[in-house]
Amino acid sequence: MTKVIDAPRRIGQAFDTDELVLNMGPQHPSTHGVLRVVLRLDGERVVDADCVIGYIHRGVEKLCENRDWTQIVLLTDRMDYVAAATSNLGYVEAVEKLMQVEVPRRARYIRTILAELQRIASHCLWLGTHAMDIGAMTVLLYSFREREFVLDLFEEYCGARLTYNSMRVGGLPLDIPTGWDKRVLAFCDVMETKLDEYEELLTNNRIWLGRTRDIGVISGEDATALGLCGPPLRGSGVSRDVRKDEPNAAYEEFEFDIPLGTRGDTYDRYLIRLEEFKQSIRILRQAVEGLPEGPVMGKVPRLIKPPAGETYHPVESPKGELGYFIVSDGRSTNPYRFRVRPPSFCNLQALNRLCKGHLVADVVALIGTIDIVLGEVDR
Amino acid sequence: MADDTNQTSEKPTPPAVSPRPKPAAGVAGRKPRPKAPPEPPKGPPDPAPPEGMEPPAYVAALQAGVAGAVSQVTYWVGDWSVIVPADRLLEVARFLRDEPGCGFDYCADVTATDWPPREQRFDVIYCLYSTLNRHRLRVKVRAAEGDPVPSVTGIWPAANWLEREVYDQFGVNIVDHPDLRRILMPDEWQGHPQRKDYPLEGPGEFLMEDPLDWLRVWKLPEEAESEIE
Repeated sequence: MTKVIDAPRRIGQAFDTDELVLNMGPQHPSTHGVLRVVLRLDGERVVDADCVIGYIHRGVEKLCENRDWTQIVLLTDRMDYVAAATSNLGYVEAVEKLMQVEVPRRARYIRTILAELQRIASHCLWLGTHAMDIGAMTVLLYSFREREFVLDLFEEYCGARLTYNSMRVGGLPLDIPTGWDKRVLAFCDVMETKLDEYEELLTNNRIWLGRTRDIGVISGEDATALGLCGPPLRGSGVSRDVRKDEPNAAYEEFEFDIPLGTRGDTYDRYLIRLEEFKQSIRILRQAVEGLPEGPVMGKVPRLIKPPAGETYHPVESPKGELGYFIVSDGRSTNPYRFRVRPPSFCNLQALNRLCKGHLVADVVALIGTIDIVLGEVDR
Repeated sequence: MADDTNQTSEKPTPPAVSPRPKPAAGVAGRKPRPKAPPEPPKGPPDPAPPEGMEPPAYVAALQAGVAGAVSQVTYWVGDWSVIVPADRLLEVARFLRDEPGCGFDYCADVTATDWPPREQRFDVIYCLYSTLNRHRLRVKVRAAEGDPVPSVTGIWPAANWLEREVYDQFGVNIVDHPDLRRILMPDEWQGHPQRKDYPLEGPGEFLMEDPLDWLRVWKLPEEAESEIE
């Protein structure tokens, strides 16, 4: 037995008459993709924000359960497509953990370099779009200029600029090209000077301060309970970084700091990401200067078939804790269960809590500050 | 996007021009038997920790603090997990969060696995982390189709969307959830895509061809009957 219900009536039933329901998205420039937010407004104040997601759900998890272990690397690119190398890193390390494979030290170093370059590229994109959402147009042009340098480095390494497919279970498909490490160092020098330009444009800008100070304040306890991760969690003063707490790749060999915020507002989250640029540059310098010689591929069987078992492996992606929960049945050449813990998805969950009591214009700033990529939210 | 790349990678494979002679069939003089598809696995191995390995303090504290709730402790490649019955999940979760020695204040992930041959086909898995003590634990709950699994949203608000996803993708009956709706699939969708008996390329013939069908909400039989009256 069926019944046709028209969509507007269904939404109307849930809300009171004296509140305005405003639909934001799915086609809205500030939602960074196809995110729909149904806002309930009291005047111009947000009472409730209901996120509707799934517009680009492609069933990546189901698809991965029907592909063999090597093919999946390529699919992980398509989740967080502005930080594909970190997605690769998390996946290959999870499989290596399941197979207990030793990865050569040089491969781990290069992986760290790629992951940190990726963090810089992802944060550049975040900074440009976040600032443009709020109204600072110039920053986008500046930060995309530097992102281009990183993409050039990636292109030189693996031929692709966005979806790299740059890692394999057991190591890397390629060693770095001649002189690439020098160019990474040169990029670090350039990037350091450009960071000052960003800071000059934004950090003490009165409009920027007015739009970000005390917007979306969340305490450390609330942020932890809500499952925030990455810069939004650290912005609330919780010292949590997978690179320090559960070191993967070669992170335990490098010195770097975890910046922490004090107030937990949008401005603190901005400062933390700016500081992460500097820490990434610091890691890059140490990794390139200490790059060991040796092979880049460990000993793995030609047919990858991990023993039966399951594991959860997190890495720190630019957005936060990216976890892979993988189950192998030990017989087939594809995973029995492939689950991604997407940081954007878990961070987006907090949008409702962050928006409450703020103006509609602040919703735009808050979507920007949690740094979502809808390809990863919807998978 | 993923589908596209797959198709293009398959295209260049040359058509089977010269079929190879089948040596095995001719030489042995009997027909090659079609290989039977392997039976689906009956469940995860859930291996016990190796001999002489003591579970960490927080697992021991859980076993002592919530007596009889932990039915199995498993260890694999460095990850500890415990299996608890669904009716004691909330008790265990609250203990794990509030006990200082455990301190699991961060619910990193809630997910499920589907093992159709088993009677209790679903494993609902909670990946927990302690930002205070920096350790991890997985809690597993087994549930048959329709078995109630209590929501842990009251203990870790982070589980809200994650449990919605488990409900959406697996159809696990999560009870006492504040806002149980589908999250990734459209509200009108029928079936649960992550189940093992759900075909990869969608439900096929069941896919609704009439666009009006997409707006239909299928109701439970008793609800629909009461509406006719």
